Amino acid sequence: MTAPRAASWAFHEEDSQRIRGVLVDFLRDASGRTALLVDRAGQMLITVGETPTFDPTAFASLTAADFSANDQLARLLGEPEFGALFHQGEKESLYLADIARRVILVVLFDNRTTLGLVKLRMRSAVSELTTIFTAMFARDAGTTTQVDAGFVDAAEDELDKLFGA
Amino acid sequence: MSLINYASREINCKIVYYGPGLGGKTTNLEYVYEKVAPSSKGKLISLATETERTLFFDFLPVDLGTIRGFRTRFHLYTVPGQVYYNASRKLILKGVDGVVFVADSQIDRMEANLEAMQNLYDNMAQHGYDLTHLPFVIQYNKRDLPNAAAIGDLDAALNPGWPVEDPERQKVTPDPYRPGAYLVSEQNGVWVERVPTFEGVAVRGDGVFDTLKAVSKLVLKTLG
Repeated sequence: MTAPRAASWAFHEEDSQRIRGVLVDFLRDASGRTALLVDRAGQMLITVGETPTFDPTAFASLTAADFSANDQLARLLGEPEFGALFHQGEKESLYLADIARRVILVVLFDNRTTLGLVKLRMRSAVSELTTIFTAMFARDAGTTTQVDAGFVDAAEDELDKLFGA
Repeated sequence: MSLINYASREINCKIVYYGPGLGGKTTNLEYVYEKVAPSSKGKLISLATETERTLFFDFLPVDLGTIRGFRTRFHLYTVPGQVYYNASRKLILKGVDGVVFVADSQIDRMEANLEAMQNLYDNMAQHGYDLTHLPFVIQYNKRDLPNAAAIGDLDAALNPGWPVEDPERQKVTPDPYRPGAYLVSEQNGVWVERVPTFEGVAVRGDGVFDTLKAVSKLVLKTLG
């Protein structure tokens, strides 16, 4: 069987720098601790602010599932979507917002700030990020991202080592 | 689909284990988790009911290490098999790069297998994915049980194939994993493509890594 090419997407260094700038400003203005961007398939894109102490891979997969489940709940209620979610903890809280239907912005914050301030500052960050991501997706639409020659062979060798030849 | 993150130098691919309830999807992941070296695996997350049936999904990241400067990771997911959890199953397919269908070989589970396979095609289509154009393998699990159906019968029901339209691909292609079987062959004048299949006994690990390796390699080929 020949494996047809899946439509991959790429997150480039220049994209990262622009987005990082937006997130750094947002964290400062909202007094948040950490901002993370996760794609809807459950993969971590970027982390800004204090380095999280949790497992980022697990966090990303659970975030995507959380957001998708709430999306479906919204539809059951006749809402097109819940654009944002809030999880309140004793010390730490999370606020999540949709970006261009493909990415989720998560901010971690504690009692050094308030939900009101986070929500207020998040609005403009979401707007800026939506513009950036919408342009990125339009740019990459229809293009196929490929890895360097030799990557597939090297990765297959690693698979054989890990799972047995 | 697979995400290439040039900023963090990471490549992540998503593989979903699909199939009927109690077919062995979670058992496949648990075996992988048990056998893979601690340095190559992340945390196994199970969102399960009190009776340990999968409620939402199981998740296991498997790390291939850094290849040509990219940290390469496979994200393995299972879905709940029970019919009434379809909303959860559909969500987990979002962004999938490769699918493993874990069939229950027992004769009296044939109906459940067929229902799950149809449901997989339907849910993929609702995401806009075409399962015949994505890395896809089937595992016939529980081969050790006395009431296991013959492989030929399982193939006929679950892997009948689809027509190969491209003339360049209309050539006999042996199945690298099953001697004497073919992935592309001519039948009554029609060229038909099937997906690779594996026999498994997931509780003791038989076929688990063969299945995972095959789908992983198909996913890698889509990147190159």
